[in-house]
Amino acid sequence: MRIRHETFEKNALLLVIATLVTVAIGGLVEIVPLFTIETTVEHVQGVRPYSPLELMGRDIYVREGCYLCHSQQIRALRDEVERYGHYSLAAESMYDHPFQWGSKRIGPDLARVGGKYSNDWHYAHLKNPQSMVPESLMPHYAFLADQLLDDSHIEDHLRANRLVGVPYTDDDIRNARADLEAQANPQADQTGVLKRYPKSVTASGDGQQVTEMDALVAYLQVLGTMVNFADTSEEQLRQ
Amino acid sequence: MSDLALAGPATAAPPIPAAVEYNEAVVQKFVIAAVFWSIVAFLVGVYIASELAWPALNFGLPWLNFGRLRPVHTSAAIFAFGGSALLGTSFHVVQRTCRARLFGGEALADFVFWGYQFFIVMAALSYVMGFSKSREYAEPEWHLDLWLTLVWVLYAAIFIGTLVKRQEPHIYVANWFYLAFILTIAVLHIGNNLGVPVSWFGAKSYSLFSGAQDALIQWWYGHNAVGFFLTAGFLGMMYYYIPKAAGRPVYSYRLSIIHFWALIFIYIWAGPHHLHWTALPDWAQTLGMAFSIMLWMPSWGGMINGLMTLSGAWDKLRTDPGLRFSVTAVGFYGMATFEGPVMSVRQVNALSHYTDWTIGHVHSGALGWVAFISFGAIYYLVPNLWRRSGLYSVRLAAWHYWISTLGIVLYITSMWVAGIMEGLMWRAYDANGFLQYSFVESVVAVHPFFVIRMLGGVLFLIGGLLMAYNLIMTVQSPSTEREAALSPIPSTPLVPVIGA
Repeated sequence: MRIRHETFEKNALLLVIATLVTVAIGGLVEIVPLFTIETTVEHVQGVRPYSPLELMGRDIYVREGCYLCHSQQIRALRDEVERYGHYSLAAESMYDHPFQWGSKRIGPDLARVGGKYSNDWHYAHLKNPQSMVPESLMPHYAFLADQLLDDSHIEDHLRANRLVGVPYTDDDIRNARADLEAQANPQADQTGVLKRYPKSVTASGDGQQVTEMDALVAYLQVLGTMVNFADTSEEQLRQ
Repeated sequence: MSDLALAGPATAAPPIPAAVEYNEAVVQKFVIAAVFWSIVAFLVGVYIASELAWPALNFGLPWLNFGRLRPVHTSAAIFAFGGSALLGTSFHVVQRTCRARLFGGEALADFVFWGYQFFIVMAALSYVMGFSKSREYAEPEWHLDLWLTLVWVLYAAIFIGTLVKRQEPHIYVANWFYLAFILTIAVLHIGNNLGVPVSWFGAKSYSLFSGAQDALIQWWYGHNAVGFFLTAGFLGMMYYYIPKAAGRPVYSYRLSIIHFWALIFIYIWAGPHHLHWTALPDWAQTLGMAFSIMLWMPSWGGMINGLMTLSGAWDKLRTDPGLRFSVTAVGFYGMATFEGPVMSVRQVNALSHYTDWTIGHVHSGALGWVAFISFGAIYYLVPNLWRRSGLYSVRLAAWHYWISTLGIVLYITSMWVAGIMEGLMWRAYDANGFLQYSFVESVVAVHPFFVIRMLGGVLFLIGGLLMAYNLIMTVQSPSTEREAALSPIPSTPLVPVIGA
């Protein structure tokens, strides 16, 4: 049977349906298998949900549009691996709602910036990037050190993340505020935070009030540090 | 026999239907909005380009920082300027090619206009105040997304309703493209913005998806915002305003059918080319690359159909500056849709990704294609909608054309040089096998090109201001008043599509 194009040109609803079907195919074929193929996300050890303070810091990273200048995705290319470290795994952003891979490097990649610089360096750099890197194009974020972190709904943030698939436990949610305050205070006992969120880095807060910069630094310091590549086999990295 | 019968004496021509009262008021509003937002988009663009050249311009103020202003620029360019041009022209084209007044009445059309403008203003305010989902070209938070969904569904209802009640037997090709744009953007908008709000009263939400899946869904959206918002919609514009301005029928009916279906089928697959060499599985990257290369053909099908429509009317480029914009736009479309497939090849992308080459590529499409085809339509529409005898100044429009073209040339050539230089510096090795440059050395190296890019933007902005002045004078100046006998203009039938 020969389908004449006239049929579509003379029937608006048929044209609507045919268009919808045509544009649906590509998306379905590419997106659905990403959820069904088990190896899309590698099975590696160490990736954990963000601590409450890191999560709040991540929200600030999102709010300020950091992803517009900094990628968080080291490509599997020789020079990138030598410059930034092991190429990024899908598993390393499995709790990132949304992902922060970025699309442009006006500044360097941050996928493994965690632990690369001291807390003090980050505070100084965020306040005045040119004081650390004179040629930098980065805006000043001194205002983050003046703004207190709004953590009044911290439990709701964890609950919303749990709803979209991040495995926060009831215990995590119950302790959210205590963990947040402890991680921002170098004088506080870190046992609980480190038990629930291994490798979390204590921010250099003043012990009185938590600033947005404390949260952002805690987030930056954990980036790319969760997976221990020395203990990871080739087999585990296969996608 | 039947052939002979068909070739026989023509039967009596069907009676010409009574003239339809079109809703042109809403089209006028969208045209004004498009011109206004174009200036805003260019102005913010120049400002953030200056911030990249001279970072002191960020002034350490949260709401003036590049990170918050960049979405203002992209949203103003794509959704405010491009969107107003698309919604306005689609309402104009669909009425005239269907010989039907807009479905749903004046109030509904006005609601779509004001609802859309409200979305734009609120989105821009929310970015500078620090609300963002961080999904490129879909930054507004969930409550604004819901509002846009409502506006968009009503827009679709008006457009499809008008198609349904048309008095022409065929749906004209421009409307296929507008329809594909409206439907697909609805699907993409909903799919990409699925998320869970932290509370009913707060703005913050978390994406339903994460990591690699979230990345592909974002670029399924992001690339098809280019494919359907910035391409299909504007091809609809091309298919009406170029034949009208040239006074020639569309070159090939068959080509329009083939490239329409091929374009909308293939575009959807191209998203993964934004994620080459990343943690997205290889099979998805390969599919994205293969379909991106295939996309070259239907894209050029559209370009050929647009340019060849000028056959026999090329002389009009000398006298009609609006048509000159439209035709140059199609040329830039052809160039950008060749460059795109090249950059989607994995090995090329290894160099070009994360660099300013991508920024240049986007702007050859955004400035050369999207803005120029819109300028062409606007220069055609304003004298028509406001019943003027012609443009206030053809000379000024010609100045706009040349200044803007020079601006684009400065923009894209500086970004080519900057982008390729960044790509090469990042991968350069010295004689001992070490990386030759630190990252910040590439930042220093591109500075002159960031300045040139900013100057290109300034030229484009000046062109936009000339246009705005020219259009205001066209509407207001006594020199463009029509003879009484000439108005109101009759609703002329559409230029028929002739089979190839």
